[in-house]
Amino acid sequence: MAIFDNPNYDFSKWRWHAIALSTLVIVAGIGYGITKGIPLGIDFSGGTIVVVKFEQPTTVDQVRAALATGMSGESVIQSYGDEANNEILIRVPQLVAEEGAALEQNALAIVDSINKANLGKSEVRSQEIVGPVIGADLQRKGLYATLASLLGITIYIGLRFRFAFALGAIAATLHDVLVTLAFLFFFGYDLSLNVVAAILAITGYSVNDTIVIFDRVRENLKNKRRDSLDTVVNMSVNQTLSRTVITAGTTFLSVLSLFLFGGEVLEGFAFTMLVGIVSGTYSTIFIAAAIATLLSGKQATARTTAGARKTS
Amino acid sequence: MSKNLRWKVIVILGVVALSIFAFYPPDQKVRLGLDLKGGVHLVMRVQTDDALRLETQTTADRLAEQLKTANIAVGAITVPDALSFGVAGVSAEQDAAFRAALTEVEVNYDRASGAGGYTFTLKPNIVVQLREDTVNQALQTIERRVNELGVAEPVVARHSAADQVLVQLPGVTDVNRAKEIIRSTALLELKQVEQGPFPDEGSARAGYGGNVPPDIQILPGSIEGVPGQPPSTGYYAVRRVAAVTGRDLRNARPTLDENNRPAVSFSFNNDGARKFGAFTQANIGKQLAIVMDGRVVSAPQIQSRIDDEGRITGNFTNQESQDLSLVMRSGALPASLTYLEERTVGPSLGADSIRAGVTAAAGGLMLVTLFMLFYYKLAGFNALIAIAINLIMLLGLMAYVGATMTLPGIAGFILTIGMGVDSNVLIFERIKEELKSGKGVKQAVAAGFDRVLLTILDTHVASLIAAAFLFQFGTGPIRGFAMTLTIGLLSNVFTAYFVSRTLFELTLSRRQAATLSI
Repeated sequence: MAIFDNPNYDFSKWRWHAIALSTLVIVAGIGYGITKGIPLGIDFSGGTIVVVKFEQPTTVDQVRAALATGMSGESVIQSYGDEANNEILIRVPQLVAEEGAALEQNALAIVDSINKANLGKSEVRSQEIVGPVIGADLQRKGLYATLASLLGITIYIGLRFRFAFALGAIAATLHDVLVTLAFLFFFGYDLSLNVVAAILAITGYSVNDTIVIFDRVRENLKNKRRDSLDTVVNMSVNQTLSRTVITAGTTFLSVLSLFLFGGEVLEGFAFTMLVGIVSGTYSTIFIAAAIATLLSGKQATARTTAGARKTS
Repeated sequence: MSKNLRWKVIVILGVVALSIFAFYPPDQKVRLGLDLKGGVHLVMRVQTDDALRLETQTTADRLAEQLKTANIAVGAITVPDALSFGVAGVSAEQDAAFRAALTEVEVNYDRASGAGGYTFTLKPNIVVQLREDTVNQALQTIERRVNELGVAEPVVARHSAADQVLVQLPGVTDVNRAKEIIRSTALLELKQVEQGPFPDEGSARAGYGGNVPPDIQILPGSIEGVPGQPPSTGYYAVRRVAAVTGRDLRNARPTLDENNRPAVSFSFNNDGARKFGAFTQANIGKQLAIVMDGRVVSAPQIQSRIDDEGRITGNFTNQESQDLSLVMRSGALPASLTYLEERTVGPSLGADSIRAGVTAAAGGLMLVTLFMLFYYKLAGFNALIAIAINLIMLLGLMAYVGATMTLPGIAGFILTIGMGVDSNVLIFERIKEELKSGKGVKQAVAAGFDRVLLTILDTHVASLIAAAFLFQFGTGPIRGFAMTLTIGLLSNVFTAYFVSRTLFELTLSRRQAATLSI
């Protein structure tokens, strides 16, 4: 059984369309980030989140009314997870710049107001308080980790393949990170620790796919020295197409299961992975090889631009 | 079965057996993270400035004492900040004598002369040293307190910045109590009461005509009224220098006073007993202030000489007297703590997360199983065995290295399934190609595995690089994810290449196959 029987699509023909489409999504994402600001979760912005489970059905409005007295500043109150669970999430930004005892005031005030209001029995399911010091620290660490990861992968591919290929791989990976961020913005997910972890996992996954194709290009260049690099690259993409699609499909299925059954805590994580997998597959087929070829020079033939080092 | 093949099978069975041995029974050997078990994660800052200020104040006090004994008259001695103190009004005649008195001070402080006086500043290397010591002491004290709380597998460690401390208490339900116990400075001081109690601070100052001498301080506290009535707040004028402090404590334990109310009794070590005995002997009939963290807890009258035992009474509940004796036993913190981050997961949420994570992993595995059997038939079965062995190895290695299982870690399991599929698909598709090009079954399988090995190594190294930075970045749950991913990648190289290949060879060794179910 086979999904593609001897596929021979001319992917290089769609190169510019693909680059245009990706640019559009990325620019829209950046535009969103600039105009509306990057939606940071409390891990990075600092603040307080309390998740309360009520015994009786309780609406967001009831909780808002309960909190109206005694809470200052704007708070986000929303139903958490399945409606039937009667769980409500309350998020309050960090009001005070200083640290210390003031840090827990918001959480205490929230629990206190809910206990005083006549809402029946309730239980605090989880409580997160992140001070401004930690928030800033995590922002810096998250950014550094992502950049360092990209750099590390570039260096590795640069060592194993030719430099133009490393640039192609890293362009594809950067593309996936930016596209994933754009979709996170569009669908209203906040950047949290878990989401950044998923983005880092995506950098690994995306480059994984790309390497499979580059490996095949390297192998084909050894045997088909007459053909142009363009032709060899396109042939390699076709040869690995079944594998690319099947792998993406099965990984997508397992992460979909995580998205559907993994619970509220991992929803952002799973969503990020889902977008990243789709973007990673797309960029592998349309972006990575295209950029590697473009950077190698259009008219180059395999003989003069051996994609692999002679020794490998 | 050839000898070679038999060895391969034995190796695989051995690895599986070792892995199962490492993690069985899982509820004892697999460590659960806070997000699955419930508990609290705290990051605190040790206010090391407190310790520096104390050092500077003590040095200034000692110098004042020394100058008094040596009859060197100086003006005001001021402590404007934690790092420095100033001595004003050193006369020209006594300047040489004053300088001679500085030998001890100048071990830790740099001297600078200003208008009619001197400024002493803590040396930079001493500052670093003191801060370091303070954080270490705080860590030890917190560790003792956490141990007394009876939490299983707590974490007390330094956090990213030099003055940050991380405390993780799995399974703790009363978070506020735990926080109070960790945070209370628990500095016990026994001081002589000069005047008081007064109903408010103003009248306490008025007792000195509004001009409180430097060796006297006004402290808030409680005044015991009629037994059974709650005490009211009052103010005491006490001597600044304590007769005895908590440093000389030997033990503290909860007890009951003569009215059967909860109290805390404490005893001193030899040094403390000598000081306390001399002090009480000299001050019979006067009031003694028992000061806890700058607040007078009680102020009993000294009836007779007391050597090594004392009791703190107050309006305690049973819990409070237990907690107070706990923090006194574990010693005072060298500096106050402020909270930077707190994450609490209720135990019910943790249990729900485990359920959700396991459901998701099972769902993912099922979908993958269906696809592999449908698409690759018997070869798909090989792949599933390889993936199953990979998951068993992953669990075993995690238990072996003591890695913590977290919710994102469960996601790591699901991604490991994905990676296992990926490697197998890569191999199978290659075998199909080789078959198509006209190779025999055995040659096609051999060529498929050989050609793909390099690709598998390349992809895994790249993913490992990403996982390494993930580990650097994250705390707690994220580290669990990075750890799972890393171990999963390593074991996957073994299962996808070695196990899967052996399974193929095993199938092909039985018969002279002309076709392959792939």
